[in-house]
Amino acid sequence: MLTEAEWAVVGLSLKVSLVAVLLTVPVAYGLAWVLARRRFPGLVVLDALVHLPLVVPPVVTGWLLLIAFGRNGPIGSWLESAFGITLVFSWTGAALAAAVMALPLMVRAMRLSIEAVDRRLVGAARSLGASRWRAFATITLPLSLPGIAAGAMLGFARSLGEFGATITFASNIAGETRTLPLAIYSGLQLPGAESQVARLAVISIILSLLALLLSEMLVRRSAGRQAHVL
Amino acid sequence: MFFEISLRHDFGSRQVALDLESNAVLTALVGASGAGKTTVLNAIAGLLRPDHGRIAVAGEVLFDSAHGIDLKPEKRRAGYVFQDARLFPHMKVAANLAYGEKLAPASERWIARDRVVDLLGIADLLGRYPANLSGGETRRVAIGRALLAAPRFLLLDEPMASLDAPRAERMRKLIEDIRDELGLPMLLVSHDAAEVDRLAGRVVSLD
Repeated sequence: MLTEAEWAVVGLSLKVSLVAVLLTVPVAYGLAWVLARRRFPGLVVLDALVHLPLVVPPVVTGWLLLIAFGRNGPIGSWLESAFGITLVFSWTGAALAAAVMALPLMVRAMRLSIEAVDRRLVGAARSLGASRWRAFATITLPLSLPGIAAGAMLGFARSLGEFGATITFASNIAGETRTLPLAIYSGLQLPGAESQVARLAVISIILSLLALLLSEMLVRRSAGRQAHVL
Repeated sequence: MFFEISLRHDFGSRQVALDLESNAVLTALVGASGAGKTTVLNAIAGLLRPDHGRIAVAGEVLFDSAHGIDLKPEKRRAGYVFQDARLFPHMKVAANLAYGEKLAPASERWIARDRVVDLLGIADLLGRYPANLSGGETRRVAIGRALLAAPRFLLLDEPMASLDAPRAERMRKLIEDIRDELGLPMLLVSHDAAEVDRLAGRVVSLD
């Protein structure tokens, strides 16, 4: 079984991924709604920006985070002076990196589920006396819940595997930012750590599989047999 | 004047134009498929904004492009019975019926839920989800949902379609009652000439 240090790595990974997903769900849903329902001139640009972390090398994303959220960066220096929060070299920074990397996947899943909600149902709700907000809260939101769950689970799995942006932005500090992939990478640098690498690899495969299966289950349960994440 | 409607809307591939003034409580809108009957209903309900025009029902201006008036759908209080029912799939029949009822001011309700349930014969359906209803059942629930929202006027898009003959007859009777007892303005889209003849005080053709 796992050593205490390895369990700590697993615990840190779960914490980082959980925080990353909780942070991203509202943002991703808002973006997904805008992309699914609004039409305006800058839409294509917004769409591209959201998808950027999916196609840009993760190390570049990490570098951009460093520029923005680093100690001397515009957002980073403000966070530090206003709230005393430092993101670089800390697990919160790892969570931010994972959140940014998971965002496109989460937006995609949620956007699809919002687009699948028949807009005519929203029109029906409005004609029955519901304000725009009430129609959203009682029709669009509940009907797109499977997509929110699926997006969150996908984002969680993606966060667990996040490597490049994390090591660039939050660095590889044991007990602070050394999540599963970083621990596996570190193990590969050491002679004689093969069995540790294997154990951590198996754990990350199991966790990712569980997240995927759970999201598939959630979607099927709430949306019927025809809905899929995978 | 119950209905004063003048609108122009350009879909690109086709144009919808209508000028209608009717003092009949129930006005029928007839015309070939694709003539824009549903477009007109959507514009009156506030679900589609026409390019130009003015829409007033029972003296209240709902839309006037010249004066920048465009009431939100929820302020127009149209009892819209959609051709495709549009029941909320995640709510049971009872919740679908209650949706608009809850939002309507109690003082403006003019029909009780028990009466609606009884008239439409949907008592046995209350605990079901829309996915488990037949076409006729779906339609009856949709009609009930619209009536319970305490609408100020009704937009009926082929409300008798997919109802069996006895149910359709009860619906016609209900519409007659609403027309004669409540005097609620109604705009009816129908393809059934005999039905239009019987119910409508005025027939307007859209082409």
